[in-house]
Amino acid sequence: MATSYRTIIRDGLWENNGVLCQMLGMCPTMAMTTSATNGLGMGLATAFVMATANLQIAALRGFITQEVRIPVYILIIATMVSVVDLTMNAWMHELYKVLGLFIPLIVSNCLPLGRAEVYAAREPVLPSFMDGLFMGLGFTLALTVIGAMREITGSGTLFADASLLLGPAFKFMEMQILPADSGVLVAILPPGGFLATGLLIACKRILDIRAGKPIPTGPAGHCV
Amino acid sequence: MNPSSTLNQGTMVHALVLAAFCTGFGLMLAVTDLVTKEDISVRAVEDLQSSLTQVIPADIHDNNLATDTIVVKDDTGRDVKVYRALKAGKLTGVAYEVLGTGYAGEIRLILGVDAEGRILGVRATMYKETPGLGDKIDTKKSDWITRFTGLSLGSPPKEKWKVKKDGGQFDQFAGATITPRGVVAAIRNGLEFFAAHKTQMAEIR
Repeated sequence: MATSYRTIIRDGLWENNGVLCQMLGMCPTMAMTTSATNGLGMGLATAFVMATANLQIAALRGFITQEVRIPVYILIIATMVSVVDLTMNAWMHELYKVLGLFIPLIVSNCLPLGRAEVYAAREPVLPSFMDGLFMGLGFTLALTVIGAMREITGSGTLFADASLLLGPAFKFMEMQILPADSGVLVAILPPGGFLATGLLIACKRILDIRAGKPIPTGPAGHCV
Repeated sequence: MNPSSTLNQGTMVHALVLAAFCTGFGLMLAVTDLVTKEDISVRAVEDLQSSLTQVIPADIHDNNLATDTIVVKDDTGRDVKVYRALKAGKLTGVAYEVLGTGYAGEIRLILGVDAEGRILGVRATMYKETPGLGDKIDTKKSDWITRFTGLSLGSPPKEKWKVKKDGGQFDQFAGATITPRGVVAAIRNGLEFFAAHKTQMAEIR
């Protein structure tokens, strides 16, 4: 199959977005998007794991028999997560203090496993790496937007504590949008996650319909 | 070859593949662990030292807080590691971890107390409270927890060591009562622990 990197990038970021279209990785999507910064951090860590896991799965594909592929994929993903966890703790300790809580959660995300099964198991190494990377970045995009929606309505801020995640140079990103204590609490609580995610998915559907694309029906993950 | 032996052979291949992958990636983890182990323990000590300096002012001690420790059993039988601040061989303060129960499980705090039982400082070190609500106990999000500095068991009186909602003197946060309630109780218990074990902590060995 001929590979177009443009298609991979477009699919990953928007057309077949992990959260908005495939509806995978809903657990971290709901749990980690109480602020835009949290969403961004979780997304970036996931993107790194997805890119490296996809790369290894595509490279080792020839040795993985069909019957044991799922445990092997999980093994590879879980190992990558642990490697990220340990190396960040040792050498990027400040970042680890912010993100450390989220990293083990990546194992329980269906999106890396889904991309391993759907893409890396049948495509060459480099396209698989790109697919993992851009699916991960699409995940980051969705989580950051959902996080921003919830943070603005819930806390009245945007990208609060971004400098803890990205370094002091990003202090300018931290904004107070609404007056303090005027937030709607429900947005930060778990129901807010469902509301914001649902709204965002509906927006994507409306844009898709406007663009004249066929409306996906049937089980999630089947929309292309 | 009969069908059952073919099946066994197939199963063996899969088992071997899986075993090989487990060994390979297990090895990769072991190597990563080996390479990072030392740095991680250095970071843990640095974290400990930096949280100790937040609850014990530098000018009240001339010893190394992180290494001058004694272990004291609390009322529940848990071993508590007490970091001692000494100046000219005299106990000027102690710091130890206290545990509270929040909205989403355990909250760990480090509490610094001077020799008279007044709070030198208290900081949340580990918690899973709701971001934006319960996490205001962290100095990164709010200065709420600094208001405990200078307080002791008698000031405010014991019955006021509660959040306002329970008739005490401490503010809860908008939308979160359980977290501050847990923290106030943990700090009060921590002060009682100091009062009960003060002489043991002051022993010079």
